[in-house]
Amino acid sequence: MHVLYFAWLREKIGLAGEDLTPPPGVATARELLRHLAARGGGYGAAFANEAVIRCALDQEFVPLDTALGQAVEIAFFPPVTGG
Amino acid sequence: MRRRIAVQEAAFDVNAELAALSTPEAGGLASFIGVVRGGAGLTALRLEHYPGMTERALERLADAAAARWALLGCTIIHRVGRLELGAPIVLVATASAHRADALAATAFLIDQLKTAAPFWKSEAFADGSQRWVEARDADEAAAAAWRQDLPPPPEPL
Repeated sequence: MHVLYFAWLREKIGLAGEDLTPPPGVATARELLRHLAARGGGYGAAFANEAVIRCALDQEFVPLDTALGQAVEIAFFPPVTGG
Repeated sequence: MRRRIAVQEAAFDVNAELAALSTPEAGGLASFIGVVRGGAGLTALRLEHYPGMTERALERLADAAAARWALLGCTIIHRVGRLELGAPIVLVATASAHRADALAATAFLIDQLKTAAPFWKSEAFADGSQRWVEARDADEAAAAAWRQDLPPPPEPL
């Protein structure tokens, strides 16, 4: 699936997005987040505080515990600050 | 209802947008313009968005407003990229036969936009530093108040 990062997550990870296949045992957005955090480095820094991470699956806001299902795109980002 | 949604770097022409929103049936147009507020050494904002998702979120907000109030038109234009002090960031405007619908819908839209559309602001300061803006609890409370059908709380001073 395509994974996108926005705002300070993008800066800490150093990537705007990447393609990956969730490994066995990764079924929810939170599990994917933890899988990515375990890479350490910028990923570890970006995902250190799950309380400030928001997520969208196929461009819909969802809670982190949502199943990835057949989604083709997931985005991780901080709480939004537009307007 | 005429619906116009745009996310763009370019400035918007408020007069042209309001003129385009007006119809012979409209008794009033209401608008809100957000601008880059200065202070504490701030020199500019940079706005980032999620292309595709952001536009869809704004379209949905416009449709939600139209379902709740009798609107003849709704325009939401949000700028992205680097914006200098005083620069307009966002225009929300609505047209309706009577002022109450336009005023309420406009307030609803700007409150909802702050929590329901994927934009992120970072602040650039005179000393060269940069900081991502943190979400404000007051913005979430204002958006939530509309969902509960209560009047929104007053903006903090």
